[in-house]
Amino acid sequence: MRKIKKQKIYLLALLLPFIIFVIGFEIGPLVAMIKNSFYADDGITVTINQYITIFKSKFYLSGIKNSLIISLVSAVISVTVAVIAAYSFTKFSSKIQNRLLMIANMTSNFEGIPLSFSYIILLGNNGLFTLLFAQLGWDLFADFNLYSWTGLILVYVYFQIPLAVMLIYPSYQGIKKQWKEASSLLGGSKASFWFRIGIPVLLPSIVGTFTILFANAMGAYATAYALVGSNYNLMSLQIASLVASDVTLKPQLGSALGVLLASTMILAMWFNERMMRRIRRDLR
Amino acid sequence: MKSSLTFHKVVVGILVLYLLIPLIGTFLFSIAGKWDHTILPENYTMKWYIELFQDERFYDAFKRTLFLIVMSVGLSVVIMLPTIFIISVYFSKWERLLQAAAMLPYGIPPIVGAVGLIKLYSGGPIPIAGTPWILIGAYFITILPFMYQGIRNSLHTVNAVQLVDAAELLGATKFQAFRTVVFPNIISGILVSTLLSVALLFSEFALANLLVGGRFETLQIYLADKLNSSGHLTSAIVITYYSVILLLTGTVLKLTFRKDKGPIMSDKKRILSFFKKIFRQKNTALEGEN
Repeated sequence: MRKIKKQKIYLLALLLPFIIFVIGFEIGPLVAMIKNSFYADDGITVTINQYITIFKSKFYLSGIKNSLIISLVSAVISVTVAVIAAYSFTKFSSKIQNRLLMIANMTSNFEGIPLSFSYIILLGNNGLFTLLFAQLGWDLFADFNLYSWTGLILVYVYFQIPLAVMLIYPSYQGIKKQWKEASSLLGGSKASFWFRIGIPVLLPSIVGTFTILFANAMGAYATAYALVGSNYNLMSLQIASLVASDVTLKPQLGSALGVLLASTMILAMWFNERMMRRIRRDLR
Repeated sequence: MKSSLTFHKVVVGILVLYLLIPLIGTFLFSIAGKWDHTILPENYTMKWYIELFQDERFYDAFKRTLFLIVMSVGLSVVIMLPTIFIISVYFSKWERLLQAAAMLPYGIPPIVGAVGLIKLYSGGPIPIAGTPWILIGAYFITILPFMYQGIRNSLHTVNAVQLVDAAELLGATKFQAFRTVVFPNIISGILVSTLLSVALLFSEFALANLLVGGRFETLQIYLADKLNSSGHLTSAIVITYYSVILLLTGTVLKLTFRKDKGPIMSDKKRILSFFKKIFRQKNTALEGEN
């Protein structure tokens, strides 16, 4: 018996490095951030003033609002595109489907700084397309500005679509051909099949994908940083400039914003789970 | 029926074009000589790549990124392999806890992680903010979900617990059993998650920029710094960088294909399992609630 006990202590010691890393770089920083958000700017007085500052300041509130809107809009667009595109995927032979998934997989790695750069040389002030459209005299694009809200949405949608396609595509495989046959045998039309069977079956994965995309966009930093720098008011850019810039260093306020950003994500996950439970109950 | 297939062809065609145009555009830009008023470049040149490969700063940045990746992925393998093995064999009641700790980074965006890391490590007993060491720690956590999934799945696939039991019955010590039986069997499974982690860290910018910035210039920071200078040179960097990523993910895909029967199935499974894991995590939370 004693031998086994001794062995267990030895084994526990082997777990130590993992525990140290998790405490030092995962749990520790989270706790430090939450704690820090309840201090005043001097770092000594305990207060909830940082949160009050955020909710009273037009600047920070609009940053939060911008982030939420950009995340929601880009997630909605990407999920819609992915639902349609993934369905179209299933109409091709498995070899082509495979190729298409490869392309989605490939392009899902094209994000952050390189992606922003690519958009800058294509659609920026002196971008290839910008100049081309100007020469062709297409007024439609004359007042398009990449370094703005529309530009950000465009780039966000680009890195969200491949991910959305890869997440939604598998759930189409769950819709059996026999279901369609059964539905039409029982007198259902194509539309009623999709409304009563197809979409309800897809719904959990659509909602799940939506949450992932939303969270993905809320936390996105590199893309926005490269594209608009600090000229555009986004939550992630605000946090970065509060904790790591040379000019406006306010780590406590940054921590409070960080806590809010993390809470938004937890809220999104919670909402997702609620939806999932409701959907599943309906299915049963 | 035929017209609907045309519709699907158009949809897929537009999507593929939309996804590939930025890549193709950047590639053309990187080999273009003069290109300002025509649809395709007027002439092509390799001079941007030559210039890039003669740039000391590029090599240095590349080396720094490699150093960070080798250190953090290496540490992760060395630490996570025994940890997951020991927990699943001897302390299976803690598996949930391990899973929660390993999957948590998935829900924390780097920007949030950076806030606490800066607070914790600028000053205090371990002032490593601004040095590569803090990045190695942060990256260890960043790749944790992938490494955890990869290692745990491979341990499950080869029935590690039974293998060790069998080896012990035959007189081997635990360490021997792990080293000579389990390890050789899971090495290829770990390779996939290792390569994925490498690709992930290659494109990591947020943590690098916030925690260390210009003091330890990684490839991504170098790239961000070059954004405003010569466009051609920067596109050469982007293409070089992206080729490395493609090579890595391509190998990952190939390895996954080889293991399973049909490529489609394997890809589907990979994505599905990724998806399921996200939900499994939630299910465990749900069960805990009830």
